[in-house]
Amino acid sequence: MYEAAITVAIIVAQSVALLVSLLVVIAYLLLADRKIWAAVQMRRGPNVVGPWGLFQSFADLLKFVLKEVVIPDGANKGVFLLAPLVTCVLALAGWAVIPVAENWVIADINVGILYLFAISSLGVYGVIMGGWASNSKYPFLGALRSAAQMVSYEVSIGFVIITVLLCAGTLNLSGIVMTQKSGLADMMGLPWLTFLNWYWLPLFPMFVVFFVSALAETNRPPFDLPEAESELVAGFMVEYSSTPYLMFMLGEYVSITAMCAMTVILFMGGWLPPLDIAPFTWVPGIFWFLGKLCFVFFMFAMVKAMVPRYRYDQLMRLGWKVFLPISLFYVAAVAGFLVAFDLAPGGS
Amino acid sequence: MAVAGIFFYLFSAITVAAAFMVIAARNPVHSVLFLILAFFNSAGLFVLMGAEFLAMILVVVYVGAVAVLFLFVVMMLDIDFAELRQGMLQYLPVGGVIGVILLIELIFVVGSWALSPEAVATIADKAPSVGGITNTEAIGQILYTKYVYLFQAAGIVLLIAMVGAIVLTLHHKEGVRRQSIPRQVARTPATAIEVREVKSGEGLS
Repeated sequence: MYEAAITVAIIVAQSVALLVSLLVVIAYLLLADRKIWAAVQMRRGPNVVGPWGLFQSFADLLKFVLKEVVIPDGANKGVFLLAPLVTCVLALAGWAVIPVAENWVIADINVGILYLFAISSLGVYGVIMGGWASNSKYPFLGALRSAAQMVSYEVSIGFVIITVLLCAGTLNLSGIVMTQKSGLADMMGLPWLTFLNWYWLPLFPMFVVFFVSALAETNRPPFDLPEAESELVAGFMVEYSSTPYLMFMLGEYVSITAMCAMTVILFMGGWLPPLDIAPFTWVPGIFWFLGKLCFVFFMFAMVKAMVPRYRYDQLMRLGWKVFLPISLFYVAAVAGFLVAFDLAPGGS
Repeated sequence: MAVAGIFFYLFSAITVAAAFMVIAARNPVHSVLFLILAFFNSAGLFVLMGAEFLAMILVVVYVGAVAVLFLFVVMMLDIDFAELRQGMLQYLPVGGVIGVILLIELIFVVGSWALSPEAVATIADKAPSVGGITNTEAIGQILYTKYVYLFQAAGIVLLIAMVGAIVLTLHHKEGVRRQSIPRQVARTPATAIEVREVKSGEGLS
């Protein structure tokens, strides 16, 4: 009985530690997002609260929490308040299986990648519920768009995951990272260039498809049609204020970091160092993981700053007519290649 | 083991309660949300049985895709609740009969399990030995070897259903100017712009 209690206590402590560090990282990623965006537009961005605006996110947090919660009269109250909770909790739940360094993971489950995929596909519920429960036209339009958008891009994300699984031969996230310890660089006779071992190189088209689909799945610009300010005011978030709005934003950024983490794990070798020589191998894995995460997030932020918003029909065309055939073809091609050259992992 | 027991009763209780609320809820959107809750908790039950692959697929396919579309449609329906309730007693006998048949079938299945060891043996016979491999691998090994033709047949049925749905809903309108991305991309200033000298006060004809 004591052992069980201790196990539970350890898991709770780990979860709290992950949660706190995740929220701090997100507070600064949010600031970085705004700073990068500002820099691209030759502005300064937030620079008043704290030195260089470093406490801006915390000031925003306090502002949102202290405001009054406004619930529209015609809103479906229960669903209206449930929606931001669903978004936030589901996004956080995804982080339970993400290994941030070797053996640094709360739940090292066999079907980790499927779990992550399932959780990210549930993110759409927060948006639909919020849009419907607001009982207002702009939110509802945003919700409808978002439902179609997220379901469409899930399909190509699924195929991208399948190609990686074909190469890795395991659904365990730590296992996927470990299989990237050897690969193309070893075949080329340059085993110290470990960053060439990672899947981004052999699966480069899939890397691009995954990156763009991740943008669409998390409703980031240029695919932020659910909340397109220029046409829908703020889409499904129009009627939200104060803490519920904060939870929507938090959920969105948590799922963005989860998608970045997924990119790092699937294509960029997780916590593995990029070069297998002395100063690089001394750095603990968590720092490599964080560094890569920040790099992917930087790319997300730059896309937001540089690319104009897609029109809705263009978005659908890209998802169904471009990404779906490409990823389907690549699944077949990779499978054929692995079988033809007898490279399939665990195969006999 | 006690923890697993607690979670089993938790998940089962929520599943049954949510399933009841699906038919009892006044608002159809609430019904769909309760249906999703029931799916989710069934996935939890699968995990408790050690079938984590099935659990995740249930969440991805049913909760992540099918129920989204379902919710999508139900939200857009304009349903008169009073009218909907009127016919309820009329359908009760049919629904009741179906429910009773399902219950009897379930009792037969579980009963045969308990009564005849041979039935259990034949079931166990078909499954690959699961020692040391994950159940994802186990499903793959049996699905793509023993049941590969049935698997392909199921795929063909789904493909035909998809083609059928597209054929039924696809309408080509005449005279609609469609966007052609290759043509737009291939445009250059030379082919797209014409520079004309405009004399003041005359305009272009």
